[in-house]
Amino acid sequence: MRSHSWATPNGKRGAPALSVHSLTKCFGDRVAFQDVTFEIGYGEVFGFLGPNGAGKTTTVRTLGTLVAPTSGSATVAGIPLTSENGVAIRRRIAIMPESPGLYLRLSVAENLECFAGLYEAPDPNDRFDRALRAVNLTDRAHDVCGALSKGLRQRVALARALLSDPEVLFLDEPTSGLDPVAAREVHDLIDGLRRRGVTIFLTTHRLEEAERLCDRVAILNTTLRTIGRPDELRDQLFGKTLTVRTLVPLPERGRVFAGLPAVVGWHQDSTGAYVLAVSESAVAAPAVTRALVASGADVLSISELHHSLEDVYLKLIGGNKEADRR
Amino acid sequence: MSMSRSRVRAIFRKELREYRRNSGIVWAMTIFPLIFLIQPLFLVLALPASESASLSHRHLLLYMLGIPSLVPATLAAYAVVGERQQATLEPVLTTPIRREEFLLGKALASFVPSVAISYVVYAVFLACVGLFARPGVASALIRGPEILSQVLLTPLLAAWSNWVGIAISARSSDVRVAQQLGILVSLPAAAMTSLIAFDVIHATLGLALGLVAALLLADGLGWRILAATFDRERLVTGTRS
Repeated sequence: MRSHSWATPNGKRGAPALSVHSLTKCFGDRVAFQDVTFEIGYGEVFGFLGPNGAGKTTTVRTLGTLVAPTSGSATVAGIPLTSENGVAIRRRIAIMPESPGLYLRLSVAENLECFAGLYEAPDPNDRFDRALRAVNLTDRAHDVCGALSKGLRQRVALARALLSDPEVLFLDEPTSGLDPVAAREVHDLIDGLRRRGVTIFLTTHRLEEAERLCDRVAILNTTLRTIGRPDELRDQLFGKTLTVRTLVPLPERGRVFAGLPAVVGWHQDSTGAYVLAVSESAVAAPAVTRALVASGADVLSISELHHSLEDVYLKLIGGNKEADRR
Repeated sequence: MSMSRSRVRAIFRKELREYRRNSGIVWAMTIFPLIFLIQPLFLVLALPASESASLSHRHLLLYMLGIPSLVPATLAAYAVVGERQQATLEPVLTTPIRREEFLLGKALASFVPSVAISYVVYAVFLACVGLFARPGVASALIRGPEILSQVLLTPLLAAWSNWVGIAISARSSDVRVAQQLGILVSLPAAAMTSLIAFDVIHATLGLALGLVAALLLADGLGWRILAATFDRERLVTGTRS
């Protein structure tokens, strides 16, 4: 993998926020994840996708020093991942597990107070004021967590993760089980954190969430299947395509599309639309339009076919259910 | 390795807050002291003055060492498995807390209230005997060496019961099972103090010193073994590292 020079939190160029090389974790004979390699820059939002049992949570736990890797190496927030460095690493990161894990008999403020103590926050009151403001929960500080809705609990868990001003924030399925409004609020929070330069490692099942929030994504299914920007992955896996719909079928379609610049090939799909494989949409689309008009065709639409991250995911994972069988 | 007072205090305060709001724990903290207070109190208050001579061979006051033998194990049994069941253990372990800090915070949270309850119940018992027992019975029962034994052995027994409770809690998957096992494993200590109280085992200075030494050793070993076997990975994933 190509090495990068990343911007550090204070704006300098330096080591990546996370650097993982051939990391593997096995529980006895069972492989949780294997030979995983990637780097993440400071301030990046990195999506980690994969089916259930793919090893996403175990990867987060390993990088969070909760679980020891079987082999491979990593640096987390600039610190080598070793058992001796566990405390130093955990000082610089925060993990929000899939389950909020709040003390339900305690109030929001009491939960945060406990964690401010665990992080040895020098100014705990200021820290949890800021954290509560960040998640819009200032007015619920004295509510007992057990009385909060799932969405509010998730926000408290996020406030707890922000208490330590982490350099790297691991969010494990942060919108799992949330309704669309609550999920949208969490998305807005992640956007806000990105603007503040926090590095975010986001594991999620929600592909539209990853597409919307992440600068880059990796798809894991025990081994890393791919990594890159969502649009790069789409381009890698799917060619660019134009779809042409006409009122009636073209009488001499071979003559219309042949020889047009940037049109690589074409076929008619089951709905009667013409699907054109093109090398460059911006070149091909005007040429196709002109050719159709010149041929006297009644054009209904010419559109570029957009593949979603879901298409990429399904292409890479859909035919391989090994994680589900484990 | 230096321990962070802030982190130990954070766990300790959080535990005490949780105890106060957990009716199951409040019951456990109440029921054993009541059993150990009421039964000997009735026995002593019903004794006629003529029995006072025979009391010189009995050490009824030591019967209440059953409280520090059993209460800490009941509380400590909740310490780790309770967090696992609430899914709160993982967030705590992702903070910079060291295992020794986590265990010490937990241990203090069950040790301090248990010892406080033991002393308070003992003081109440002494006051009731002093005020309401028949003449002669109180003076026969309340003896300096026994009070000293109670004062010294209470924290030592509580510490042992504590380590046993936490060790069981760290290896259990259910709070109730952990509490029952904790009580079961603490029973020999409670039985021993009861046998001494009723003079089945004859109390001597040598026995008292031996008990103190054995408990000091057991408490030290208990802490070391517990800290060494506390496995973050197993607790989070349920599998051995």
